[in-house]
Amino acid sequence: MRCRKCGAPAVINLRHHKLALCAEDFQTWFVDQTQRSIRKYEMFTHDDRILVAVSGGKDSLALWDVLLRLGYQADGLYIDLGIDGGLRYSEQSKAKALAFAGQHDQVRLMVVDIPGRYGESVPDVARRRRQQQRPCAICGLIKRHEMNRIALAEGYQVLATGHNLDDEVAVLFGNVLHWQVGYLQRQGPVLPADGEGLAQKVKPFCRFYERETAAYTLIRGLDYIYEECPFSLGATSLKHKETLTQLEHEAPGTKLHFYLSFLKAKRQGLLCPSEASAEMLHPCQVCGQPTIAPALCAFCRLWQS
Amino acid sequence: MNVTFRQKQWTFDSPLTVSQLLKKLRLLPETVLVVRNGQLVTEDQHLQPGDDVRIVAVVSGG
Repeated sequence: MRCRKCGAPAVINLRHHKLALCAEDFQTWFVDQTQRSIRKYEMFTHDDRILVAVSGGKDSLALWDVLLRLGYQADGLYIDLGIDGGLRYSEQSKAKALAFAGQHDQVRLMVVDIPGRYGESVPDVARRRRQQQRPCAICGLIKRHEMNRIALAEGYQVLATGHNLDDEVAVLFGNVLHWQVGYLQRQGPVLPADGEGLAQKVKPFCRFYERETAAYTLIRGLDYIYEECPFSLGATSLKHKETLTQLEHEAPGTKLHFYLSFLKAKRQGLLCPSEASAEMLHPCQVCGQPTIAPALCAFCRLWQS
Repeated sequence: MNVTFRQKQWTFDSPLTVSQLLKKLRLLPETVLVVRNGQLVTEDQHLQPGDDVRIVAVVSGG
């Protein structure tokens, strides 16, 4: 198989785009497509300071790398959740993030130590709350809260995450299965700042298949953590990914079409947010972040015994 | 050729295409990347005895 751009041996075949590329042209394509998504969805400009949520995995390190190559002011945030699982998972993933930051001048990597700051790791909180079998919901809640807190406190205009198309489609699929209309209204490449405590969140890789971000990371020689979070085994989102990948195998482009059609339907007003849902938000009495709960937000309630 | 995937190893003595290898291991091409002697390769590529083949899982998240 030959590269469609230059005729050199291809290293990847993107069946959904009917496009085979060599290593060099794939990198160029990947970086260009990222820039295209940033512009298309009006995510940010070169004047903005961007905070990249870095997990040490392939997607977030690739995102940080691409944003720096594109000349954006992108710093990193690593949230140490205190996960071991017999793999020293958090320790290893933090080391990958630090190693990347160490190779780049004038970038900053902030580290939030959850057990150090709040007294408990994610598995500790899950155990105390008797959710030790599946702490993913607690983990997600902590990460979202801390990312937002740091972005606002440090004056970043935008918080960027490495969510890829497979992530987005798996979430979309789950939300459609359960008709979670509120979640569907908020899902998209950009979640705008509300001016009252929520930073703007963007997903510049939302149109890339997971296989493409992995290929970019391998071709660039970025050292990322291969191991999965020990708690992700059996997660519902992974089961959704398996189902969707089977469909993609039989009909290339299914995932991309599903996601883009969803975004188009939203633009056409299929899922207009009601005014009532926006009015329900108010500041948490402890941290000040917006919540629909009457007094404390879900994050602050986590730390109450 | 020696093949590694998720800390497991296999040895194959006869030439195979990448596509044939993935079928033997019951892997969907959408879920992995194949690296032969340090280089990414496409599904039509031939793998020879003596090649060092690493299969990289691309699915992540929880």
